[in-house]
Amino acid sequence: MKICVLVKEVPDAAVQKRINPSTGRMDRSGEKNLNPYDTHAIEAAMQVREGGAVEVDEIVAVTMGPESAIRALHKAVSLGADRSVHLSDDALAGSDINATGYALSKALAAEQPDLVLLGQQSDDGECYTIGAVVADHLSMPSLTQVIKMDVEGGELRCERQAEYGYDTVSVQMPAVISVGDAINEPRYPSLKAIMGAKKKPLDKKAIGDLEIEADRVGEAGSKVACGDFHDPPAKTAGEIIEDEDTNETVEKVVAWLDERKLI
Amino acid sequence: MAKDILVYVLHYDGAFNKNSLGAVSEGGRLAGELGGECHAIVVGDKSGLPDELCATVGKWGASKVFRVEAPEGLAQPVVDAMAHVISENGHGYALFGGGLLGFEIGAGLCARLDAGVTMEVTSVAVEDGKLVAERPILQDSSISRSRYKSDVGVIIGRLNAFEAAEGDGGSAEVVDVDVQISDYSTHAKMVQRGEQRGADVNIEDADILVAGGRGLGKAESFKLCEDLAEALGGAVAATRAVVDAGWYPYAAQIGQTGKSVAPKLYLAAGISGAIQHKVGMQGSENIVAINKDSNAPIFEFADLGIIGDLNKVLPKLTEAVKAKKAS
Repeated sequence: MKICVLVKEVPDAAVQKRINPSTGRMDRSGEKNLNPYDTHAIEAAMQVREGGAVEVDEIVAVTMGPESAIRALHKAVSLGADRSVHLSDDALAGSDINATGYALSKALAAEQPDLVLLGQQSDDGECYTIGAVVADHLSMPSLTQVIKMDVEGGELRCERQAEYGYDTVSVQMPAVISVGDAINEPRYPSLKAIMGAKKKPLDKKAIGDLEIEADRVGEAGSKVACGDFHDPPAKTAGEIIEDEDTNETVEKVVAWLDERKLI
Repeated sequence: MAKDILVYVLHYDGAFNKNSLGAVSEGGRLAGELGGECHAIVVGDKSGLPDELCATVGKWGASKVFRVEAPEGLAQPVVDAMAHVISENGHGYALFGGGLLGFEIGAGLCARLDAGVTMEVTSVAVEDGKLVAERPILQDSSISRSRYKSDVGVIIGRLNAFEAAEGDGGSAEVVDVDVQISDYSTHAKMVQRGEQRGADVNIEDADILVAGGRGLGKAESFKLCEDLAEALGGAVAATRAVVDAGWYPYAAQIGQTGKSVAPKLYLAAGISGAIQHKVGMQGSENIVAINKDSNAPIFEFADLGIIGDLNKVLPKLTEAVKAKKAS
């Protein structure tokens, strides 16, 4: 079987994220990295391959993004993907969730995967939803925030936490599964894998290569226009204590609690 | 753009979800301003959705409730049902309260109807006869407003964003609808739903909660939280990460797929303060956070923040609280 893993390049967690006021889009300049949630999806693919319940022929990392997104693909390959697909086209810039999901589904359809994996959310957009958008375009069943996934006789047995407790769901493949970070502990890439990542095949695709309709993507093809960016109502900053002398720290905390009649 | 709003109402074990009812209240209010109607849709086994139960959504602001017989607890059959009802009745908006299933259904619906979607919405306004959705972005440091360019706009609320307000509405008219469920929507099957893992603990009635997160490092460290909670006369809560890891019972979990609480004191130990956690406890009167990472988002909304090692701070704090109480 073939597994595609959707990955995304996001600003490094240590970098202050902001909106570019002139374009209304996220300022994606500065240090970037592979979305940390996606490393769990790659690890899940590797565990399916190593688990032996099914023969995995290929693991393909797929991303959509500007030129710099190649680094996220290299990281994905260093973590175990065999090759990667980079959907990159100026016409895609400013795509909303609907447009992004549509474009990604076209890139995936060309690969004909048996399983599509992705992380439960991106570190920057906080959307949680792209998997379900892609699944509907591909006419595949989908489940998000999966924390345990086993292959059993051509089906996936998935567990996840939902509104009323833990659900166990069996999903027929082909399917789109987004995984939660509790599903596994991603491995570190070996030095050899890091060095070799740039030599693995990387297909660059433009929208014309995948029959993506230009008027359904990009800012013009998006169905939501975001704007009016403003600050949330100001909240009085809390008091901060840096713990140097712990006796002194707890004394201050107890006084604080006592003042508010919480003890 | 059409002015009627369709709200998905989740039910389980004979009761409607509080966040869903909040969305009905919000939908009723917005439809009133738009000059349209608010309708609800319920999906599941008909035996669990009797007429009397369905009609009660009228109290929260829906004039009509569409009832669809289809598998329960999974998103895609609901996408089929809502897409059908919207195309037959011409709703302008689909609205969801906070919760996991709403995110999945709303996203699927956006693909199916080629519609715009906004999630984590905290407030909705009417402007020029259309709905504008507000959502916080970038770890809540900024707010963005969405306007829709599609025939249908999908709005997914943040957990607890919409308050369920019982109005003076009467009974909703119950309308049964037959929907052809897509083939692929039947390819996911519920094996077991709503399994409770770990002990049944009560955290909702506590005035004081000491909550532990991944920063505790190991399951055994919850003892530090338990000791402090006992000294303060409170209960112990947990984040999703540590519940999924099996360190603490699901019944103690705060946040998106857990409980929502608003105690007098919420003391968070080793919790970074991710949005999914924040939405379940930000109504607490006093928030104290202990974390060794000074960049942890929780310090943005804590009333008192302690940057330090919880293994050092918690035991001494427990002793100091005991001493204070004894004095």
